[in-house]
Amino acid sequence: MSGQSTSADDFIEVPKPKAQAARPRRPRRLPKEVLWSLPKLILIQAGLFASLVAAWEIAARTRLLDPFFWSQPSAIASMLVVFFSEGTAWLDITTTFRETILGFVLGTSLGAALGLSLWWSRNWARALQPYIICFESIPKLALAPLIILIFGIGLASKVAIAAALTMVVSTITTYSGVRAVDRDGERLFYSLGASRWQVFRKFVIPSCLPWIISILRVNIGLALTGAVVGEFIAAEHGLGRTIFYAGQTYEIALVWVAVIVLASLSIAMYVAVSALEKVLVRGVTHS
Amino acid sequence: MKLRLDDVSVTFQLPGGSHQALSPVSLAVPEGRFISLIGPSGCGKSTLFNVIAGLQPPTTGQVRLDGEDITGAIGRVGYMLQKDLLLPWRTVLDNVVLGMEIQGWPAKESRARARPYLHRYGLGGFEDRFPATLSGGMRQRAALLRTLLIDSDVILLDEPFGALDAQTRARMQEWLLQLWADFGKTVVFVTHDIDEAIFLSDTIHVMATRPGRIIETIDVPLSRPRPASISTTSGFTALKQHCIELLHQDQPLEDAA
Repeated sequence: MSGQSTSADDFIEVPKPKAQAARPRRPRRLPKEVLWSLPKLILIQAGLFASLVAAWEIAARTRLLDPFFWSQPSAIASMLVVFFSEGTAWLDITTTFRETILGFVLGTSLGAALGLSLWWSRNWARALQPYIICFESIPKLALAPLIILIFGIGLASKVAIAAALTMVVSTITTYSGVRAVDRDGERLFYSLGASRWQVFRKFVIPSCLPWIISILRVNIGLALTGAVVGEFIAAEHGLGRTIFYAGQTYEIALVWVAVIVLASLSIAMYVAVSALEKVLVRGVTHS
Repeated sequence: MKLRLDDVSVTFQLPGGSHQALSPVSLAVPEGRFISLIGPSGCGKSTLFNVIAGLQPPTTGQVRLDGEDITGAIGRVGYMLQKDLLLPWRTVLDNVVLGMEIQGWPAKESRARARPYLHRYGLGGFEDRFPATLSGGMRQRAALLRTLLIDSDVILLDEPFGALDAQTRARMQEWLLQLWADFGKTVVFVTHDIDEAIFLSDTIHVMATRPGRIIETIDVPLSRPRPASISTTSGFTALKQHCIELLHQDQPLEDAA
């Protein structure tokens, strides 16, 4: 190393500062990280999961964790089988699913419609703005007990909570889209002799569609949260109701089972909405 | 006269007082002519176009089309803005028929009418493509066809080739002249490119700023068809020099103000 540096220094005779000359320099390279192959990655992920489950099971059996509060994987696994073979699994899943989807569709479409309608009058948009902000800042879940009182303990109240959660996001996002509508595009339409309704239908709505589509993924999660919280408060069926009920009766394994099923439902709906989003984006923007 | 402006002026009311964007302008465009407006930015070219297209009510004056008062009426003249403004969610064909669609043509008829034009003007085979996949020149062609296919005899073109590179631009100019000859429409063209104005027009109106106004009207005596090499002839360069002088006259005033 020193041989190389002296040979270079022989040609250019520059007096070296003493402090720098004293410190030997280690050659540095770009940090390199080779990505694992997919099978290896999956194997490692599965291994992590297995060791976590094993650690939990061992901790529970050696009383390091109190199984009364924490339960244990073996108990959860057998409860899972019971839940699906003898329990209310399908009724709970379909109930929660229906509430979520209805609330999602209702809230998203109402919010989008309200946001789009603000295009028609800038005066009304300004007049309504404080109310929208106000409604946004209320934690909607705090209204859940009230909504249950009004709509009863059945489907309607859960749908209403899910819709309330998703509607505000849709309104605000869609209105952002409305404000971003290209003014030159509007001028083009008017120069061609278009009516306001034509501009709205053929230009404003398509321009805002990407904004509306972008809400879907957020809203499906919000709608599920709304439905589950509604079930916590009062319901006859549903995964949220099962979690709450099992928690109160100290059936911790059942709590875990319902949480696992709920998470699976959530992931399934998220994946479905993401796929829908991809299709819609391709169908709308063509770029 | 096909299109006539009588003492059209535009004054904007601003918080700090009023701003005269356009002092009274009168203009007469005979049928089938190609006229250009040139001038520095801020001379009111686009304001004038907005008035003609009915998008901006004039403070004073009238716009007449075939003698009929069309002040403030929209959809009576074709207007192409600087940006192509093709709708990304529509195919090229559906973009081109937009004007006809808005004016109430049935979809089938408007498409049947547009198809041969797309073929004839270099967009054949691209009917079902989306604008994002087109080159700048092709997008501009589609936008121009959209403007030409509505039933109006007058079209306004606001720097339509401003964003194109020099070579594409030269091709588009020749293409525009071919279109103009085929369609026989009356064209009002805005540009700040002197060469472009001389190459394309029968008449050039030179504009100046503060307030926006027409300072001189120049007839272009060059015969048609004009080859691309015409820009090196003495007649062309003399006109160009005259225009440059007129436009530069305006600059010192602007700097002093």
